[in-house]
Amino acid sequence: MWKWLHPYAKAEKSYALSGKLMPWFLVIAIPTFFVGIIWGLAFAPADYQQGDSFRIIYIHVPAAMMAMGAYSTMAVAAFIGLVWQIRLAEMTVAATAPIGAVYTFIALFTGAAWGKPMWGAWWVWDARLTSELILLFVYLGIIALYNAFSDKILAGRAASILTLVGVINLPIIHFSVVWWNTLHQGATITKFDQPSMATEMLIPLLIMIVSFASFLGLMILYRFRNEILQRESHRPWVIALVKQSLKTNKRG
Amino acid sequence: MLECKNLTCVREERVLFNNLNFALSPGEILHVEGPNGIGKTSLFRLLVGLSSPYSGDIYWQQQNIMSDRESYYQNMLYLGHKSGVKPELTALENLQFFHRLYNPSVELDLWDILTLVGLVGYENIPTAQLSAGQQRRVALARMWFSDCPLWILDEPFTAIDKSGVKVIENLLIKHAHKGGMIILTTHQDLSLPTDLYKKLTLQKPAIGEQYV
Amino acid sequence: MFDAFVQIVRKDLLGAFRQQSDILNPIWFFVIVVTLFPLGIGTDPALLARIAPGIIWVAALLAALLSFERLFKDDYIDGSLEQMMLAPHSLTWLVCAKVFTHWLLTGLPILFVSPLLAVFLSLEENTFWALFLTLLIGTPILSLLGAIGVALTIGLRKGGVLLSLIMLPLSIPILIFSTMAIDAASFGQPYLGLLALLGAMLVGAITLAPFAIAASLRVSVS
Repeated sequence: MWKWLHPYAKAEKSYALSGKLMPWFLVIAIPTFFVGIIWGLAFAPADYQQGDSFRIIYIHVPAAMMAMGAYSTMAVAAFIGLVWQIRLAEMTVAATAPIGAVYTFIALFTGAAWGKPMWGAWWVWDARLTSELILLFVYLGIIALYNAFSDKILAGRAASILTLVGVINLPIIHFSVVWWNTLHQGATITKFDQPSMATEMLIPLLIMIVSFASFLGLMILYRFRNEILQRESHRPWVIALVKQSLKTNKRG
Repeated sequence: MLECKNLTCVREERVLFNNLNFALSPGEILHVEGPNGIGKTSLFRLLVGLSSPYSGDIYWQQQNIMSDRESYYQNMLYLGHKSGVKPELTALENLQFFHRLYNPSVELDLWDILTLVGLVGYENIPTAQLSAGQQRRVALARMWFSDCPLWILDEPFTAIDKSGVKVIENLLIKHAHKGGMIILTTHQDLSLPTDLYKKLTLQKPAIGEQYV
Repeated sequence: MFDAFVQIVRKDLLGAFRQQSDILNPIWFFVIVVTLFPLGIGTDPALLARIAPGIIWVAALLAALLSFERLFKDDYIDGSLEQMMLAPHSLTWLVCAKVFTHWLLTGLPILFVSPLLAVFLSLEENTFWALFLTLLIGTPILSLLGAIGVALTIGLRKGGVLLSLIMLPLSIPILIFSTMAIDAASFGQPYLGLLALLGAMLVGAITLAPFAIAASLRVSVS
């Protein structure tokens, strides 16, 4: 793996590669988003219990999944960065954290909005929601730690260590919260207990998940490229890049 | 023998120095020179392994220092800007700690050391109450019982009086004659014999290489 | 190797006993925070006994936060931390000695004052023992987790608040399991399983946290 990865440990190569990959993610993300959202909101049948309000899962579930997905990405990147001392991997951690935090926030917000018609309250200490809230805290901690260091190389390394600590801790947190929840409000039925979701409901959900996932990939690449440009802003290749883009702008 | 190969040091995106190469053999004293802010302390922190270089490697006896820190640290004594002396503890307690943790194999009477650095009579006072020079002497006293061949001394003479400087210079010469290696910075003029003595002047990176 | 451990513990204890306010203040703080709750909520013994586990554990968390600064901060300022990192011993091992001393100076005193709090909050004997055992197992985990946070933030100028932001979410499982155990005890249910879970977390923390602390120190002190 090392041999295959090695050329991409150079910032310039990774910048070029990620630039090539970005359009593909965009091509997947946009059509799936429109297909999924229109199908989900307009054509999928209403839930026989919850009526139309269930439709928020088309945002909530993919967002919650990608909140975890972003963290997994960070964990893998942090591990690679710390073990093989690849700075670009540590940059990926820093680039991904805010995206993950936003996804977590979306999941929390839609979860709360869903809770309003279901439980009659914006916030209920449901196990999922509580776990998501704590995940948001962890994300914010990582972002704050990264920003607190003025030396960005050290910042990346510190954020990576914290990410790995979080990876060990998050399952324990989730497990403890679920248990705590069953003890304190045993009667509440989790809204995700839908063992037999109708196929017509499921397909748009899967499409939305694909869309959110590729959008996550797109955003990670985008921020990763920005991070590279910022850190290497004094390197000749970046300066050449800027000059060239200025020229094309003038022509256009 | 200590060797640096293509050492580049970066702090907050600024290159302090790049492609630094040097080697130090037994019996040599290396005086690192340069104006304030050139990166002398940063270089020393790289040499002792506190920070890691942006690129390049440091070798002790042909071993990369990062690969086996513990055996490197058995052979290396570092005295930095911060003394490492605990202010709540007395001079004697501090020295006992340093002795037991760093050079437990050396047999000695710590009272002899206290006499040598001129702290007899102050041994039971918390170091916080000693003068700056005396506190410095507590830290420097480690040189007298260190069995490490490599000494890395960042501004060892700060706050030390003239007679003290003389005593330390003699100690450095003795260490070099025994086959020890010393790297130090100081803004004082040293009267060390020139056959042992090398100078390394740190240079700013060339224009166009100042940033990474 | 063991001697190095003993030397560090000895030095830290000696330093702490010369500066006793450092040991006493967090305990003092802990007692005061717990006292505030009856004043704010009312003195109904049934209510107090009901919320006591949560109060005591939240107060213990806050007191631990206060004391973490001391874990490496003084050492960082006077340079003994960097000297410790240059000692010819494994840093992971030396870090264990630091955390152990920290627990001796902060966790253990909390155990000593816990009977007093049990009286304040009208806890029954059975419940008190559950509280005592969770504190016994839980506070070392707090020390280990907090040490990671301190090690990450030590080089920063405004590390204190950041330390809490990092550290508190990670300590939630300890809070949950401990209070659940105490609750179970107050209803006369068995709580050994929860203690076993806490114990498992302690073992996990002891094996993994020192590596994270050492790695964080190598990043922060550079």
